[in-house]
Amino acid sequence: MTDTLVGKPVPRKEGRRKVTGQSRYIDDMSFPDMLYGATVRSPAPRGRIRNISFTDDSIPWGEFTIVTARDVPGANYVALILNDQPYLAGEFVNHPEEPILLLAHRDKYLLEKARRSVRVEVEPLPALFSLDDSLNKKEIIWGEDNVFKTFHVEKGNVDEVWAKADVVIVEGEYRTGAQEQLYIENNGAIAIANAQEGVTVWGSMQCPYYVHKALLKLFNLPDEKVRVIQMETGGGFGGKEEYPSMIAGHAALLAWKSGKPVKIIYDRAEDMSATTKRHPSLTKHRTAVTRDGKLLGMEIDFVVDGGAYATLSSVVLSRGTIHAAGPYNCPNVRIRSRAVATNVPPHGAFRGFGAPQSIFALERHLNKVAATLGLSAEEFRRRNFIREGETTATGQVIREKVDLGKLLDRAFELTDYHAKLERFAAGNVVSRKKKGIGFATFMHGAGFTGSGEKYLESVVGLEATAEGRVRVLAASTEIGQGTNTVFSQIAAETLGIDYELIEVSQPDTAHVPNSGPTVASRTSMIVGKLVESAALALKQTLVGHSLLSEEYTQEDFRKACAQYIEEHGPLKTFSKYQAPPGIEWDDEKYRGDAYGAFAWAVYVAEVTVDPLTYETRVDDFVAVQEVGRVIHPVLAAGQIEGGVAQAIGYALYEQVVWQDGRMINNQMTNYIMPTAADIPPIRVFFAEQPYAYGPKGAKGIGELPMDGPAPAILNAIENATALSINYIPLLPESLMQEMEVEHV
Amino acid sequence: MSEATGKVGVRCSVNGEEQRLQVYPMARLLDVLREELHLTGTKEGCGEGECGACSVLIDGVLVNSCLVPVLQIEGAEIKTIEGIATDEQLHAVQEAFIACGGAQCGICTPGMVIAAVNLLERVPEPDEAAIRNGLAGNLCRCTGYIKIFEAVVRACQLNGEKA
Repeated sequence: MTDTLVGKPVPRKEGRRKVTGQSRYIDDMSFPDMLYGATVRSPAPRGRIRNISFTDDSIPWGEFTIVTARDVPGANYVALILNDQPYLAGEFVNHPEEPILLLAHRDKYLLEKARRSVRVEVEPLPALFSLDDSLNKKEIIWGEDNVFKTFHVEKGNVDEVWAKADVVIVEGEYRTGAQEQLYIENNGAIAIANAQEGVTVWGSMQCPYYVHKALLKLFNLPDEKVRVIQMETGGGFGGKEEYPSMIAGHAALLAWKSGKPVKIIYDRAEDMSATTKRHPSLTKHRTAVTRDGKLLGMEIDFVVDGGAYATLSSVVLSRGTIHAAGPYNCPNVRIRSRAVATNVPPHGAFRGFGAPQSIFALERHLNKVAATLGLSAEEFRRRNFIREGETTATGQVIREKVDLGKLLDRAFELTDYHAKLERFAAGNVVSRKKKGIGFATFMHGAGFTGSGEKYLESVVGLEATAEGRVRVLAASTEIGQGTNTVFSQIAAETLGIDYELIEVSQPDTAHVPNSGPTVASRTSMIVGKLVESAALALKQTLVGHSLLSEEYTQEDFRKACAQYIEEHGPLKTFSKYQAPPGIEWDDEKYRGDAYGAFAWAVYVAEVTVDPLTYETRVDDFVAVQEVGRVIHPVLAAGQIEGGVAQAIGYALYEQVVWQDGRMINNQMTNYIMPTAADIPPIRVFFAEQPYAYGPKGAKGIGELPMDGPAPAILNAIENATALSINYIPLLPESLMQEMEVEHV
Repeated sequence: MSEATGKVGVRCSVNGEEQRLQVYPMARLLDVLREELHLTGTKEGCGEGECGACSVLIDGVLVNSCLVPVLQIEGAEIKTIEGIATDEQLHAVQEAFIACGGAQCGICTPGMVIAAVNLLERVPEPDEAAIRNGLAGNLCRCTGYIKIFEAVVRACQLNGEKA
C-alpha cells in the first residue's frame, strides 16, 4: 500500500498488451458472416446529383448491399452542433469527398472493384476553395454569407488607442495551413444493426457518447437500443473526435439493410483525403504599443476555413479566439473571428483546437512589434507578461501564481540562449549554413471553454468487487495518452490501495456513464478529478457503514468491500462534475472565466538553415511548462515530446496539397511527417504548481505542446536568416522562393 | 479467378512453427499473417511501405510485410511480434518499451519493437545515430521518438545485465 503513486512512473496499464501485439484494435476484430463496407464519394466539389449508375456488367450487383440517402431510417444528418452534414448526400454535394452511396459485400477485393465502377453524375455548381474567396463571397455556398460562426471579444476601448500621441502601431498578417492528424491507425468501425436488437458499434474513437448521440438520430432509436464500444485506439489527436460518428453510421446503415455485421476500415488514402484536418487560418493583427514597450491595444481578426459543413468549427474558432491575445496584459483588446465555409471536406478537431493557429500569429507578430520598437523579443515580452490579478482578453482575472518571467529564465538557462544569440550572429557572418534561436511564450486553457463543462455534466463511476478490486467506469478513452494509467493512479492513491488493484473499464455506453468527450486537455484535470471524488465517495460509503475506519490496510479495505457487497449488493459510487467556485462566464458577451485553469509555457527552438538546399533542421528543442502537479512524469513528458514533434511537422514538413477541394498528396509517401531521423533532442521540464481544483493538483497538458513550436521555429529562422516569414508550413521550396526574392 | 484454381501452396515457418498455406500468390504477406494465421499483432498503417507498422523479420531481415507477395516467402523463416516474447518472458526491448514509455497508442509498437530487436541483433550497442537510422523506417505519431530512443538504450543495458 502506498500513498505516493501520483508523481511516480508506474508501468502503463495496458503496456504489456501493446508491446506484445495482443491489444485488440478494430481491424483485429471480425465476425463470422461479416461483410465489408465501402463508400462511394462525390466526383465533384459542389453540385446537384443527377444520376447514379452501375455500369460494369461483370460485377454481380445483386450480391451487394447498396445504401443511399433514401435508406436512412431516421434523420439524415450527423448529429453534432448544427446538424447540417448529411450521412449520405441526397440531392446536393458540397465537397469532393462527400459520401453518396454505400456498398457492402463479403469479398473486399470485389467490393473495391465495384466501388470504383459506380458512376455518379453531378451537375456542377460554382465552388469555393479558399477562405479568402469565402470571405469575399465570391459565391454563397453556406447560409446567407458563408459564415458558420462569429465571435467578438471586447476589452477596454481599443478605438481610443490608435490616435494617442507617442503610440507605435504595428500591423501584420499570418497564415497557417491544414494539417492531417495522421494517427497510424486509420478510422474504422464494425456494426451489427437490426430492428429487434437495435444498433451496436465497435470502433476506433475518442468519444463513444458522440457516436451514441449521432446513431440515436440516424436510426431514430431510444437510448438503450444503441450501444457504442471503443476498441483499443491507435491515436486520435482530435481526428477521432467527430469522424467516427460518420463511419460508424455508415457501417450501421449497411448492417441494418443487410442484416449482417459490417466492417468499414479506411485505407490510408481514404482516411487522409476524406476525414477531418486542422483548420487553415488567416490572422490579422493591429497592435498599439507605447514607446517604452507596453501593450496598449490589440485588434485581432481571426478567420478559419471550416470546410463544407459546420461540424466543430464554432468550437475550434472559440478556442482560437480566446487564445489569440496570449498570456499578456493588455488593457484594450478587440478580437473578431469567423469560421467560414469552403467546398473542401470539413475541417475538424486537431490537438490545440484553433489555438496553434492564433498563437502562431501572435508569437510571430510580437517579434515584429519588438523589432519595430528596437527591443529584443525577450525584453518586450517581459514588459507585458500577464501576472496574478491581471486580466486576459476575456476579462478573466488570473488567480494562479503565474510567473512567465521565471519560466523564461529557466528556458534561457537550459538553452544558453543569450550566449547562443551572440555566437550565432558572429558565426553566421562567415558560415554558409545559418544558425538561429527563437522562442515562444504561451498558455493553453484546459477543459471545455466557458460554461461547456457545466453543460456536459460529466459523470464517473467506481465499482468495487468482493476481492477488493476497483473498476473505474468512464467513457473517457485511452488513445495513447495514458488515461488508464492516470485514472488508476488517482483512484489507487485516493483509496490507499495498490495500483494493480485498479482496472479501467473498456468504454462501452451500455456499461459506463458519460464522462464527456476525450478532448480539450480535460481527461486528467476534469475527469481525473471525478475519479478522485468518486473514490472518496467509495471510501466514505464504507466508513459510513462502519465497515472501515479512517485508518485502514488494504486487507481491511478488501474485507469491507466483501462485507458491504454481501449485505447491500453492488458497491458503486458516482461523481458528477461541479464547477470550481468563482467561475463565471457570459456566453453572450464572450466574457469571463474562459477556463478553470491554464498551462503556461516557454518553448525554445534552435535551427540550422542551409541556403544551398533550403532545408531547415531543428537542432535542439527545450520545452519548459507549468502544468500543475505532474501525475506521471514519463507519460507527461511523452505528451510534450509527441506534441512538439507533431508541431515541428506542422511548421516545416506537413503540407496538404489541394486540387479543386481534394487533398491530392493523400499518402505517407508525399505527405511527410517527421521520422526518427528528423527529430531533435526534445528536452522537457516541468515547473509544478499544484492547482487547487485538479486531481492531486494536476492541470491539463495534452494540447499545450502543439501551440508553441511553430512560432518558436519561425522566430529561430528569422534569427538565422533575417527573413520574416509569416506562414506555415515552411517547406524548403517555399524557403527557396523567399531566399531568391531576397537576392534579387 | 476461382478459389480452386487461383491458390498455390506455400511452405514457411512462422514464429518457429511450420506452416503449409494455400494462398493467392500475390496476396500480401501482411494479409496472410492477419487473416489466415490470425496473427493480428502485425498492423497496417499505410499499405505502401512508408510507416513500418507491418514490419516483420524474414530470415532475420526487417521488411514491410505489406510489400511482400506471399509467394516470396517460400521456405523462409518469418518472425512477427507474437514471436518476440518467449512464454511469459518479455524480450528486453519489450520490457524497455514499457519502462521508458516507448509505447503510447500502441499501433506502431509491434513494428517498432521488431525494428528495435533487429537493430540490436545487428548492432548490439548502437550509438544515437545508429538508433535513429535503425528506426527511421518506422513512423510514430505519439511519442516524438524520444522515449523510443531511450527504450533502445535501456534494452542494451538490460541485455548487458543479463549477459
